[in-house]
Amino acid sequence: MTVMTAPAAAAVAAHVPAAAPAVAATAGPVWQPVCALDDIWPDTGVCALLGGRQIAIFRLADDSLYAIDNHDPNSGANVLWRGIVGDLGGEPVVASPIYKQHYRLRDGGCIENPDTPLATWAVELRGGTVWVEA
Amino acid sequence: MHQQRLVVVGNGMVGHRFVQELLALHPDLPAAGLAVTVLGEEPRPAYDRVHLSSFFSGTRAEELSLVEPGFYERPGLTLRLDARVASIERRNNTLQLADGEVLAYDKLVLATGSYPFVPPVPGRDRDACHVYRTIEDLEAMQASGARSSSGVVVGGGLLGLECAKALRDMGLRTHVVEFAPRLMVVQVDDGGGRVLRSRIEDLGVQVHTERNTVEIIDGRQARHRMVFADGSWLETDMIVFSAGIRARDELARQCLLAIGPRGGVVIDDHCRSSDPDIYAIGECASWNEQVFGLVAPGYDMARVAARHLGGVADAVFAGADMSTKLKLMGVDVASIGDAQGRTRGALSCVFTDELKQIYKKLVVSADRKRLLGAVLVGDAAEYGTLLQMMLNGIALPEAPEQMILPAADGTAKAGLGVDALPEGAVLCSCNGVTKGQLCAAVADGAHSIGELKSATRAGTSCGGCVPLVTQVLNAELKRQGVEVSKHLCEHFAWSRQELYHLVRVGGIRSFAELLQRHGKGRGCDICKPVAASILASCWNDFILNRDQARLQDSNDYFLGNIQKDGSYSVVPRVAAGEITPEQLIAIGRIASKYGLYTKITGGQRIDMFGAQVHELPLIWRELVDAGFESGHAYGKSLRTVKSCVGSTWCRYGVQDSVGMAIRLENRYKGLRAPHKIKFGVSGCTRECAEAQGKDVGVIATERGWNLYVCGNGGMKPRHAELLASDLDEATLVRMIDRFLMFYIRTADRLQRTSTWRDNLEGGLDYLKAVILEDSLGLAAELEAEMAQVVGSYACEWKKAIEDPAVLRRMRTFVNSDAADDNIVFVRERGQIRPATEAEKRERFKGIPVVAETV
Repeated sequence: MTVMTAPAAAAVAAHVPAAAPAVAATAGPVWQPVCALDDIWPDTGVCALLGGRQIAIFRLADDSLYAIDNHDPNSGANVLWRGIVGDLGGEPVVASPIYKQHYRLRDGGCIENPDTPLATWAVELRGGTVWVEA
Repeated sequence: MHQQRLVVVGNGMVGHRFVQELLALHPDLPAAGLAVTVLGEEPRPAYDRVHLSSFFSGTRAEELSLVEPGFYERPGLTLRLDARVASIERRNNTLQLADGEVLAYDKLVLATGSYPFVPPVPGRDRDACHVYRTIEDLEAMQASGARSSSGVVVGGGLLGLECAKALRDMGLRTHVVEFAPRLMVVQVDDGGGRVLRSRIEDLGVQVHTERNTVEIIDGRQARHRMVFADGSWLETDMIVFSAGIRARDELARQCLLAIGPRGGVVIDDHCRSSDPDIYAIGECASWNEQVFGLVAPGYDMARVAARHLGGVADAVFAGADMSTKLKLMGVDVASIGDAQGRTRGALSCVFTDELKQIYKKLVVSADRKRLLGAVLVGDAAEYGTLLQMMLNGIALPEAPEQMILPAADGTAKAGLGVDALPEGAVLCSCNGVTKGQLCAAVADGAHSIGELKSATRAGTSCGGCVPLVTQVLNAELKRQGVEVSKHLCEHFAWSRQELYHLVRVGGIRSFAELLQRHGKGRGCDICKPVAASILASCWNDFILNRDQARLQDSNDYFLGNIQKDGSYSVVPRVAAGEITPEQLIAIGRIASKYGLYTKITGGQRIDMFGAQVHELPLIWRELVDAGFESGHAYGKSLRTVKSCVGSTWCRYGVQDSVGMAIRLENRYKGLRAPHKIKFGVSGCTRECAEAQGKDVGVIATERGWNLYVCGNGGMKPRHAELLASDLDEATLVRMIDRFLMFYIRTADRLQRTSTWRDNLEGGLDYLKAVILEDSLGLAAELEAEMAQVVGSYACEWKKAIEDPAVLRRMRTFVNSDAADDNIVFVRERGQIRPATEAEKRERFKGIPVVAETV
């Protein structure tokens, strides 16, 4: 059995071996710049790769920002940044694009399945740049 | 165990229903000690005689069948067709077939039905003289029709008028000759008969009443001359006798069973004849000196006999209400209870509008408290309400005339509250479904009219009771505290249909505006995709612009189909499944370059799996450069138009189905709808494209194209229904335009055409009226709306790769060019597939991970 990873955009053919990224950030959370605010259209999300961790960052229409795990524990796929953002009873949520569970953006709680909460991260806008503490 | 040999003579609608009832009681016949033999005289198993006339509008014999494939192929059950019984020998419980074979029975059920009565007129056996009962009769009529230019129906009753429609549809100058002074003499009175006659004559059918045919001889201008008792005559090329039915009781007469005064095998309340081993059901039976010529009492007898045979003596046949409602040549006619006012002291209350050709009459008891009967011609909307009032003896309102008068101020009339009905009220008389059964089904979770229909069978035959059944559904849901709200979600207190209207009429072009004007909050994953779909159906702007991108489901957002591991599959459009070798090579080359798994889809195209977000624009670019467009496999929109190879290559094809399919696919590609839409186009009736399992099915005929709608494969298969026959291409396209836009306008969120159709009050007739006859006056609007969508089509992949703002968003990580290392493939059968969790754990133990170039 051959095991492969999907090719990265920058290296379609050649897979450059690298150190396991999860090990890289061990010194505790630090604030890191991620992208420009304008890289995130209102009411959508993007995914940041920070120290080997996938973090979904959402910008709502009022420019408030939230950061939660990108990994959807209900499907096992890294997809939450691609979910539809909205609110349920005023509470901002994202719906997983795989099986449609809703996660609260404020605290990462899953509305349909309280056993699968997500980690959340502090996120801030500093002079047009989005920063995450991870 | 002793096997009880049960023989059923007759495989018509009632004989077949008897077997169904028996199987409902004893699903395992051998275990119940039953060996059942069904003898059918006709060459085919039971079919729907009630809708026989649809044979002339293109419905094929197989489509009229009531027998599901394989139904008679079960242990303990044998169906023998072309098997006519010649005689019954009661002293030794045997019967003899026409070919001499002898069969023994322990119990015998006669379900031999009836035969058309032909008046004993000299010349009635001449060429091109027909009756109207079996599919063979209809085939013979068609053959005569093809060499005739005029036709006469003898008999102006219910069947006679249906028959007249068939002749008119064949393009013949059509006459109806009736002995009585009016049409439908049994069901309507003089006033109703007058209005009915003028309506029928407006449709081009000449009516001759009080004509007694005395002989049929050679004609001068036409094949026959019918000579009447008053000396007048009428010439015609063909004649169909439809002057009533007579019970087929010749076997019963031969073996000396008791026969009723008007014919028919005399039966008791358990449907037993004068011989306790022989039952009779349906039109061959005489109960209380009556022979019932409708299917509902026959079905009731089938149920009673099956239960009695099974040892359940509680079921009794207690007569039947002969009220009827039907549509004859588009004219509504209904008759309820004592329509003629024959009850002692009966009073009547009549409304006639000769301008609109409407006639309505109530027959009221002498004490003015109860409804005894009614006649409705031209408009039978009150049928359900009045029937239930009559059947259940519900007290009349203060001013009963209000029930049939048009509302003066345009407000809806107060109907009969369904709460007034007793539990036992039979609302669906075709299938004997009571209000109590409906309520129980609602309590068991049937919360839509479609679910209620499939749970109870109510409304699935003639459909006349659907408005009342809907009322019961809504009343029960309310009573049980089930939210009947059609609100889309907490952000919009509107149904999808209402939102569509608000967007269209208000000229709303963005979600922000829609939310601000008609909603509240931020929206959610229910209302946003609905709004996106409605905006696209109405205005067809690019779905990934800054306002609308955020409304899209992940599939639309990334113009691909998301898979379980978060990767996408990509499907280029291959219109009608026609693809050149060069295009096949291009797809192969691109799939190979990006390491994609490829599979042929059910819609005759090629799906390429395993692309990550950042790879999508690269793949689209290569596909677009090779001449492909987006296949919209990701959208709630037109998917594919499947076709067979058609007359170009196939020796059976009668039209170019591939060419038609390509034109249809290119016309409707990109059209956003409440749910996905699939088409099929077949080049002949062999139907290799399986068009009848599609939302829109087109089947070639010698003269053009037949249009079928609202079929579905998948979880709940449903055969499409014939909407129109022998259309030319321009008309076909116009009708599809109207149908699709009407669906888009009125369906609920994620409602396929099949469910939409099942929930449509008025059913197929209503749909035909709206689409073919433009009964709502919408056709021009619907066609214009479609023209706008068709004219503004653009390939979404091409738009995406030409738009730098969109391209910037097609990245797996906003701050890295890495790929998602959770998407892992293994090889299987020469291609990739997603690794299982166990395989991924194995991989992360020792093998180096993906490149990361921040």
